[in-house]
Amino acid sequence: MQLLEKIKFLNHRSLLRGRVYSFVIQFLFMALVVWAVYALMISTQANLEARGVDSGFDFLDQRAGFPISVSLIEYTPDDSYGRAFLVGALNTIYTAIICIILATIIGVMMGVAQVSGNMLVAKLAEIYVEIMRNIPVLLTLLFIYGVVLARLPGVRNAIELFPGGYLSQRGIYFPQPVPLSGFGFVIASLIAAIILSIFFQRWARKKQRATGYDSPVIRVNLALLIGLPTVAYLIAGQPLDWDVPTLQGFNFQGGLTLKPEFVALVVGLSLYRGAFIAENVRAGIMAVSKGQIEAAHALGLEPGKVISRVTLPQALRVIIPATTNDYASLVKDSSLAIAIGFADIVSVGGTMIGQNGQALEVIAIWMAVYLTINLIVSVAMNAANRKYQIVER
Amino acid sequence: MANLVFIPAPDLPPPPGQVGIIRWLKLNFFKDTFSSVLTLLGLYFIFWITGPLLSWFILDAVYAGDSAACNAAEGACWSFIRAQIKLFLFGLFPRDLLWRPILAAALLAITFALTATRIIPVLAMVLCWTALVLISYWLFAGGFGLQSVPTTKWGGLMLTLMLSVIGIVTSIPLGILLALGRRSKIGLISFLSVVFIESIRGIPLVTILFMATILLPLFMAQGADLSTVFRVQIGIILFSTAYIAEVVRGGLQGIDSGQQEAADALGLSGWKSTALIILPQALANVLSPLIGRCIALLKDTALVIVVGLLDFLGIAKAAAQSALWLGFEAEAFIFCAAIYWVLCFGLSRYGRSLEQIGAAK
Repeated sequence: MQLLEKIKFLNHRSLLRGRVYSFVIQFLFMALVVWAVYALMISTQANLEARGVDSGFDFLDQRAGFPISVSLIEYTPDDSYGRAFLVGALNTIYTAIICIILATIIGVMMGVAQVSGNMLVAKLAEIYVEIMRNIPVLLTLLFIYGVVLARLPGVRNAIELFPGGYLSQRGIYFPQPVPLSGFGFVIASLIAAIILSIFFQRWARKKQRATGYDSPVIRVNLALLIGLPTVAYLIAGQPLDWDVPTLQGFNFQGGLTLKPEFVALVVGLSLYRGAFIAENVRAGIMAVSKGQIEAAHALGLEPGKVISRVTLPQALRVIIPATTNDYASLVKDSSLAIAIGFADIVSVGGTMIGQNGQALEVIAIWMAVYLTINLIVSVAMNAANRKYQIVER
Repeated sequence: MANLVFIPAPDLPPPPGQVGIIRWLKLNFFKDTFSSVLTLLGLYFIFWITGPLLSWFILDAVYAGDSAACNAAEGACWSFIRAQIKLFLFGLFPRDLLWRPILAAALLAITFALTATRIIPVLAMVLCWTALVLISYWLFAGGFGLQSVPTTKWGGLMLTLMLSVIGIVTSIPLGILLALGRRSKIGLISFLSVVFIESIRGIPLVTILFMATILLPLFMAQGADLSTVFRVQIGIILFSTAYIAEVVRGGLQGIDSGQQEAADALGLSGWKSTALIILPQALANVLSPLIGRCIALLKDTALVIVVGLLDFLGIAKAAAQSALWLGFEAEAFIFCAAIYWVLCFGLSRYGRSLEQIGAAK
């Protein structure tokens, strides 16, 4: 009895000592942090005053005064710094989305090629992956921008890719579709097709659960999504015109233009990240045990079904978490735009710091934008991940 | 009755399509129509790309001669690389003092070899790397009996290696501390660690380099100054620390809680159980991802060109814009890429071999 009491007492004392210890450490640490932040603020304040730099976010309303060559929204040098930031942020988001799509396509193709039975294709894909992964992405970007694109022919000798599409030093030119009156009808039919296909998929799943019979969901939905708008387009009398770029003077006029900076950024980042995604895809497919696939064949599933119902869902469990990180890196890598003069949010902000020296504010905005984008990416990817996680029963 | 003995006929040879090279070709290249089409396309691609590459890289290339000879030739201008090799490797480092970076490189190679062959104990390894950093810094900067060289003269591959080696050697201990901090039971420490790690990981390195070059002077007391190289080095260390902390945390999470309980039962104090039981196992499990971080950092240092440093890539770009050798960007970038590739690929193979050692245990 006495022993037990003693142990209880000792335990109590050591617990108490642990708490006091933890409290003292927290207090000291807190004091240190507060002191460090305070000291930094004082010296920063003094430095900013000595340099005559304003503080606060008022500068966002002032006239920016610098041009931006690629912009999704209307922008002139007379617009405010705030609008310039918006242009930069939109460029970052736009580039990131396009790169994510392209890198995923490249990654899936190269990853599948590496595990395909064809040795030649597998080796070629492996060479691509190993080259891209082991060279700095900035070097790839500069090479594409400074060597590949710069050596394309000038505007006058532009390479004609297809009627109306040209490739030259100054960028890639595409015909731009111009909707005429009645095009809204086509868009409405597309929306209707999307809604119908969602309903059909739900109906097909219900029927399969109830009766066991499968419906050709992909084929029917494809027919809906392509067929309905096409029919609507023909009924409405083809309400679409093409604004074809034509050579006038020193440059092409009309149509859509992709600037070389943008092309280099998108191609470079997609090729680089695509190699990493290819590795994820390869690792994911390799992780599916052979017995699973053999069992699926033994059950009599068609080869297509084996891939879509057995291999893919299990491979995605490995692929999605790794690829989430790659998407986040891709978003961050888009800041390399500054090295080739594409106006993303970092390069716009860099110009501003050069003009008014308000580095603290600009950096705060950068952090806010990137953290927000990455938060969105991770929320979206986590949702995808939940769908394929192992459900413990 | 005669004794009837069954004598089997000798086996027929397998059909010609089922053995040897023909079967191998069939299995690996012509399994079905789709595979055959891919093989033919691949062969055509190789055929299509080999000719021009071969003639540009080797046959039509200029190996000796000035830029005029290069401009006249169709192929690559390797004499440009030969003429500027010192610039590529050492930047603007004084030409009569080149033995210093060369010695530092030799020391780096020896330290790496000692580490990779595992012939020295861990503690000696830590000492070696620390000594390497200090001695190389002394060799670069000078002082204490050596002629001093300003940081503005540092550049080329030497600067790239310096930024990445110091970056990784410093950020590994810091990252371990931060990972322990994140798992700390003391709420404030773990909260601040999480804030640091997640905010660094959430933003691009370019912005961190900007912060380091622009904000550090603002934070410091007036009058104090750091050269750009050091500011960038600090930025790289902070960046790398956050990522290494996450790698180490992964290792810590993989350790069975029984290990901690056993250490407690043996009466080891908190620090001792962490340093002697938990950390060694955690680090051994994450050696391969740590090598991965080294590779990533080596590639990432190329971004310092954005804040105006002339690292390996920066000097390659600048060399191709010099008046004497104008416009040989392709050669400069390809040389640069080849060196980066050899370093990174070598490191990744080393990491993979560590993984196999780990798996064999």
